Amino acid sequence: MNREAVIAVNRFGLGASAGELAAAANDPRGWLAAQASKPAPEYPAFADLAPSSEALKEFPRWLMKLRRARADAKAAMQEDGQPAPRGVEEKFRDHFLPIMLKEVGARLAVAASTPVPFHERLVWFWSNHFTVSAEKPVIFAVVGSFEREAIRPHVGGRFVDMLLASSKHPAMILYLDNNLSVKPGWKPPPRAERLNLPRATGLNENLAREILELHTLGVNGGYTQADVTTFARVLTGWTVGGMANPGFTFNAARHDAGPKTILGRTYAQEGIAQGEAVLRDLAAHPSTAGYVATRLARHFIADDPPPAAVERIARAFRDSGGSLPSVHAALLACPEAWDAQLTKLKSPIEYVVSCLRALPAAREAKPEALFLALHEMGQRPFFAPSPQGWPDTAPAWAGADALWKRIEWAGLLAARAGSGIDPLALARASYGDAVSEPTSLAIARAESRQQGLALWLASPEFQRR
Amino acid sequence: MVTRRDALQALGGLVAVAWLPGLALAAAPGTDRRLVFVFLRGGMDGLSAVPAYGDPDFARKRGDLAIAAPGAAGGALSLDGTFGLNPLLVEMHKLYEANELAVLHAVASPYRERSHFDAQNLLENGTAKPFGREAGWLNVALAESAGAGGIALGPNVPLVLRGPASVSSWSPSVLPAPDPDLLDRLAQLYRDDPLLAKPFAAARAAQGLMEGKDGGRGMGGGGPQAAVALARAAGAFLAKPDGPRVATIDFGGWDTHANQIGEYSPLTRNLRMLDRAIATLKGALGPAWKQTAVLIVTEFGRTVAINGSRGTDHGTAGVAFVAGGAVRGGRVIADWPGLSDRALHEGRDLRPTLDLRAAFKAALAAQLGLGEGALETKVFPDSRGVKPLEGLLA
Repeated sequence: MNREAVIAVNRFGLGASAGELAAAANDPRGWLAAQASKPAPEYPAFADLAPSSEALKEFPRWLMKLRRARADAKAAMQEDGQPAPRGVEEKFRDHFLPIMLKEVGARLAVAASTPVPFHERLVWFWSNHFTVSAEKPVIFAVVGSFEREAIRPHVGGRFVDMLLASSKHPAMILYLDNNLSVKPGWKPPPRAERLNLPRATGLNENLAREILELHTLGVNGGYTQADVTTFARVLTGWTVGGMANPGFTFNAARHDAGPKTILGRTYAQEGIAQGEAVLRDLAAHPSTAGYVATRLARHFIADDPPPAAVERIARAFRDSGGSLPSVHAALLACPEAWDAQLTKLKSPIEYVVSCLRALPAAREAKPEALFLALHEMGQRPFFAPSPQGWPDTAPAWAGADALWKRIEWAGLLAARAGSGIDPLALARASYGDAVSEPTSLAIARAESRQQGLALWLASPEFQRR
Repeated sequence: MVTRRDALQALGGLVAVAWLPGLALAAAPGTDRRLVFVFLRGGMDGLSAVPAYGDPDFARKRGDLAIAAPGAAGGALSLDGTFGLNPLLVEMHKLYEANELAVLHAVASPYRERSHFDAQNLLENGTAKPFGREAGWLNVALAESAGAGGIALGPNVPLVLRGPASVSSWSPSVLPAPDPDLLDRLAQLYRDDPLLAKPFAAARAAQGLMEGKDGGRGMGGGGPQAAVALARAAGAFLAKPDGPRVATIDFGGWDTHANQIGEYSPLTRNLRMLDRAIATLKGALGPAWKQTAVLIVTEFGRTVAINGSRGTDHGTAGVAFVAGGAVRGGRVIADWPGLSDRALHEGRDLRPTLDLRAAFKAALAAQLGLGEGALETKVFPDSRGVKPLEGLLA
């Protein structure tokens, strides 16, 4: 097996499934390029998951229940002077956790079996670039649909369209509080007061700042606090609808109208067109090309991205007007991307999925079990710690306890797998000649096939890509 | 299947501990003093945690978020006549009254922009710029000290504790413990691995130390509940005579852009849990609390004025707490810049008048015995102008 095939299926793919290394071996670069250039298949696992428009209808209903529970709790507290019984949060979890676990299960099942793992990796990368996180409760309901609606359709398309889709998605609006950002002095309609909705009376700059800092220009991309504030004014009115139509909506009454200047350029458009124009210019800004290229190179090539690779990818971004297939092709064309050393440590999700791809029987694991294992390793799916997304460097994932949990997980999988699997053959079928001599020896000398398998899954090679 | 406890007994706690560098050096513990670093990620609103009710501009600027003077309904807990403590911080107020909690106000790292991620990175790396170094200052300090081990509570190690010194991390597990024979074989495989050898050794040591104390289930995610559980574990580790002397706890969720007030707001929940976490840490440390300093910090404060959604946006200076039996507390340490329009940083934020590194230096000098030379060149490079905060620790 040649090393390029090992790199293709492990560094750019999601870890070898049975026969995959052999399939990629003839033309590893072509194998990847074909995945990047065509749309992903329709995955049956996603067929019965709710779109955000449906999922969000549930949330106001739950909010009503929550308010009632809180009113009851308050009454109870007044009666006996004791702190009210909790349980509201638990009820929320009872309701939304199964929905979220179904999303987690579907996403992991797709990753474990997809015939186009590079395409799926790109989906993950872009989802992480445009992070929304269930750390904020309302996002529980829409974190999966965000990826299907705002990210997946554009992986083979243009960056600007993904940026527009993300910035207008209800999940992003709610995650970064733009539903609460209104023109200064705006008075909420009386109905909202009665529902005790948050009383928005002015700007909230959260979404504006994170679009500039994390989605487009990057923190050193050349914007100022004044740009953040003005952009927040541009985005006022970008919100979600009420209970009947909880999707994205532009609310002109909340919008701070009039010409505005951002990054030295004046925008005279009216309504939603002004924000769209700013986003288009941000997508085309040279800082965005450099920032996106750096993140891509860090994710796929090295923690410390080689400047030549960053420049090559950034140039492709600029020259193609942010055409993502061109950008992804430039990534594959970087000589640095094919460095024979396996230098990237797998993140916990990458690690768990590569285990599932290697061991079809492990795909029977319930979503709860996978979610819990990933929680133990420090990466609960859909719960990125902040809008910056998951970290992408080895030191962030190589904590003592996180490594310990990987070993526990490897031991568990191996015990479940029984003695039907030849661990050395499995190792060679996924990492070929990248399996080191000490690892081969350790597997060969293991006291049982199960122990050999645990050694392989915990080995230094299999932890990397 | 072998249970965790069986495995650990088979391994023998002593063997595991003696075997390993960095975490626990029974022969030369170096110091009996303990240092805990609690990082409130997201930017705690300092003017909610420690309201400056005595400032003439406070109530007007804060609007709905203003906490009243002590004695009023929902008023602050009394500190010094100008500042109060958020009424949710009941346990921390007891520490203040016992002279075991110092409050630092109008304090900030050298960072003056408003990105969480750059601000956190800078605060943790110890230089004056984001991504100025790949190691964290607490780790560099450990490397400079004689034999004090460090542990991060949680699966992974935050930047502040990453670097040349070998450190461990720990969190409860629901997965079955690995077979000791597998671990011995893996030790061979990892022996020369530049990335995995040290964490593996440190993990084995931590597992040995926590023998019989496996909290296991029910810890939940990374939220406020977890902070209490992690504080308990931190206390258990640090209380051991041969345990680590430095621990870190990450506590996220302080980025309160909206709806900061009310019984069910995230800020309310966080403050309550912080209060419980510190009380829990004290309880778990037992007598060792007397020799402990706890640094409770955040990456930046928030805007002085309330924003359009009853929250606050990213600001500059804020609040830090230093708690513990080793602290000369019962004081608010602040060179108060005021909240008038003219006094604010860039017209919107509390102006920093105290460098957080001054408190960090004082803590490292007292708890790890570091000299000024190491502090101003190695731990916090180019920080000669920032003197350790005198008299902060006993």
